[in-house]
Amino acid sequence: MVEIRMRVNGAEVSAELEARVSLLDALRVRLGVTGPKKGCDQGACGACTVLVDGRRILSCLALAVQYDGSEVTTIEGVDHPLQAAFVRHDGFQCGYCTPGQICSAIGMLAEHAAGAPSAATEHVAGAPALTRTEIRERMSGNLCRCGAYNGIVAAIEEVAP
Amino acid sequence: MTQAPPAAVDTAGVLGRPVDRVDGTAKTSGAVRFSTDYPYPDLAHAALVCATVARGRIISIDTAAATALPGVLAVLTHENAPTMNPPRAVTLLDLSTMAASSTVNVLNTDEVHWDGQPVAVAVATSPEAAAEAAALVRVDYQASPSAVDFDAALPDAVEQKNSMLAPAGGSKGDAERALAEAAVSVDLRFTTPGHNHNALEPHGTTAAWVGDELTVHDGTQSIEWTRRHLAHRFGVPVSNVRVIAPFVGGGFGGKARVWPGTVLAVLAARATGRPVRLLLTREAVYRTVGGRTPSVQRVALGATASGRLTALVHTSTTLTGRAGGSPEQVVSQSRHLYAAKHMLLRQSQVTLDLLPNTSMRAPGEAIGTYALEAAIDELAHRLDLDPVELRLRNEPERDPLDGKRFSHRRLRAALEVGAARFGWAGRSPDPRSMRDGRWLVGWGVAAAYHPSWQLPAALTLRLSADGSVVLRSALHEMGMGTATAQAQIVAHELGVPFESVRVEHGDSALPSGPPAGGSAQTASLAAAVLSVCAELRGAVHALARRSGSPLGRRPLAGLAARDGGLFGPDGGETYVEVLTRAGRAHLDASVGGGSRLRRFADQARFMTRLALDGRRWVRAASGAHFCEVRVDPDTGEVRVSRWVGVFDIGTVVNAKTAASQLRGGIVMGLGLALGEHTLVDPRTGRIMNANLSEYHVPVHADVPELDVSFLDDPDPTMPLGVLGAGEVGITGVGGAVANAVFHATGRRVYDLPITLDKLL
Repeated sequence: MVEIRMRVNGAEVSAELEARVSLLDALRVRLGVTGPKKGCDQGACGACTVLVDGRRILSCLALAVQYDGSEVTTIEGVDHPLQAAFVRHDGFQCGYCTPGQICSAIGMLAEHAAGAPSAATEHVAGAPALTRTEIRERMSGNLCRCGAYNGIVAAIEEVAP
Repeated sequence: MTQAPPAAVDTAGVLGRPVDRVDGTAKTSGAVRFSTDYPYPDLAHAALVCATVARGRIISIDTAAATALPGVLAVLTHENAPTMNPPRAVTLLDLSTMAASSTVNVLNTDEVHWDGQPVAVAVATSPEAAAEAAALVRVDYQASPSAVDFDAALPDAVEQKNSMLAPAGGSKGDAERALAEAAVSVDLRFTTPGHNHNALEPHGTTAAWVGDELTVHDGTQSIEWTRRHLAHRFGVPVSNVRVIAPFVGGGFGGKARVWPGTVLAVLAARATGRPVRLLLTREAVYRTVGGRTPSVQRVALGATASGRLTALVHTSTTLTGRAGGSPEQVVSQSRHLYAAKHMLLRQSQVTLDLLPNTSMRAPGEAIGTYALEAAIDELAHRLDLDPVELRLRNEPERDPLDGKRFSHRRLRAALEVGAARFGWAGRSPDPRSMRDGRWLVGWGVAAAYHPSWQLPAALTLRLSADGSVVLRSALHEMGMGTATAQAQIVAHELGVPFESVRVEHGDSALPSGPPAGGSAQTASLAAAVLSVCAELRGAVHALARRSGSPLGRRPLAGLAARDGGLFGPDGGETYVEVLTRAGRAHLDASVGGGSRLRRFADQARFMTRLALDGRRWVRAASGAHFCEVRVDPDTGEVRVSRWVGVFDIGTVVNAKTAASQLRGGIVMGLGLALGEHTLVDPRTGRIMNANLSEYHVPVHADVPELDVSFLDDPDPTMPLGVLGAGEVGITGVGGAVANAVFHATGRRVYDLPITLDKLL
């Protein structure tokens, strides 16, 4: 067992964990933070996306013990104009992928603001404009089986600077 | 825009309005709880062990290592699991019997009926210990000969019988002869693979027993069916079982029946005396929850030189499991879409030692429309006729197969409006004749078609003296926006602000809603809401009369529900005024539900109406898809770049959520067309790509802007004119994409999905 301390959505938390426990299960099962969802547990769907020190990660592929001392933000700790934009543009149906989509979009906007290119970027030297094609490429790790992709892209587009 | 004003008098202006979802804030803040988000003290976690043979018996099962692991509470097998009643046989006299997903009494038998059937459950204090324990269980099997290869079994197919719930086959005239004599004809063979729903929420259950009382949080599309199924399996009264499912993380048919995971979570809770959570791994979802059957289809069309259909033949072969499954209605749309003089429609089935197949979004029509619409396109090509024009020339006045009347039919308008929105007139007819730089560009069209249903529903309505209204029903919210749409209907029917209506849903403690399937939930509930609102208006009027309100002197028929009350030409009173004068805190009304006798009567009425309706009308949602693809001539990569869909779904209750449902259908159709394929090992019957990495569902980058609009024309025979929007969107999508790919490349793909290897 390993003891870890993290800030989760602004609150100091600690837990005694086996080293094999994923960050997702630490949040959901040990800490009762159930906003992040388990869709595949294999890093293929994005439903478990959380922000760690401002970066988006797949919490199902992360071991909790690696994040001792980190600042973790889940959907419960998000207060962002994207949330209202998702509602306005109907960027979800069942809502299961939504916590991951929103956390991912926040992380993605920060990556873009920092000048990071994507596979859709024509010229990696300059700062790429955040076109719909760029948004779609950068959000493609987050599956939505209900097919709310149009609304998600519209919501991100509206909120992007 | 194609949206016409709603025909009904809309005093509150709320019917059809694209209001935001009532649960929007909860869903975007992490506040909604799904079935495995509920905390319980002493919660245990379960994991499944799945069989590794397709058919046989368990000879021995060694759980010693698993049981010895720290944290393990129990390892349940057929040797030590509590006894359960076997699933009931399906009968139309009690639709809840359809909850049984198979005939197998898992963990109460040493028999194995498919590769993946659960044979043990490990229960532990942590999910990690449960998973490790499950991996340590050693099972030895005596395998029996099995049949798992769909293609090899095709010669053994037998005819699939029609039933009242599933009419499909039929014939008129002599189609084969008309085909042989036709001026122009096509005779084509299509194949489609198995598909899996892949709702983002894997099937998950949290179960807790207190004595003989059971509470189950379960991701289900059928709360009442699940409740009755579990009560039967565990031998307790129905009233002892409570199923809670206010939010379900997608279903698409995959959560309509009760699959083994749900039953085993309840069993594990009973055996260990602790609340148990079982969230299936994604692999376990593939291996224990059925998907869409593969199909082989023949579509043959004969026409005159001017493009009048003389012959239409559509036959299909699909599979079902030896331990259960649901018959797939692949040729159903072909009864209704085109005015062919001679028709032959037939469905066949093979039975294999595989997981039972089940309904997946537009079972039958999703793949049947691919073959039919691709064949129509091929015929248009041979006739040198525009494919929209060919469809218009064969648009029937009455049902082509048996001459029944259409309740209404707007397919012609959908095609014409869609063609205009898409700019179809600019299409160059020859294949491989349109380019954009190095990309080959193709435009395709296809019709969409899905039958409309209505099921019994129960609900209650409470009007309070503060003007608030609460609708209570165990209806299902798995993304359709059900609560939002029903609140709009209540607001419209009572003439109260939308914001004053609250909907309580997703709990078997509430009056039972209809199962969420067959695109029937909104219409089914609408019928009940119309009726309960009428009853409540009557109760308000009666109360007004008794308490000396001026309203009581006017006949109810002369009053309209608006502005928060009942008003005639010379005034009226608000509900708040009526209730306050009478000193009443609230007024209640209800429809459906109640005693066993009443439930049986509702069921009998439903079956009677189904039979009568089936004789009288052909009723369906329909539409037209227009698709543009770009194909890389060197790699065969297909990109869908533009989409227009125009739909007749009857009355649109909420333009925002209805459009989302239709877009969702189209997106799943893009998966069907271009990527989705459940690969079954033909030697072992094991699914080889049971994960989201190797089963390709559409991602953000695969989906362009989808221009979706409605004709918004109420169906005169349906409650409120609603036809249903959940499934029609996916129908025809495979055809539209395949037709666009043909137009781009000159190559027609007869075997879904259209992967790049098939274009090189």
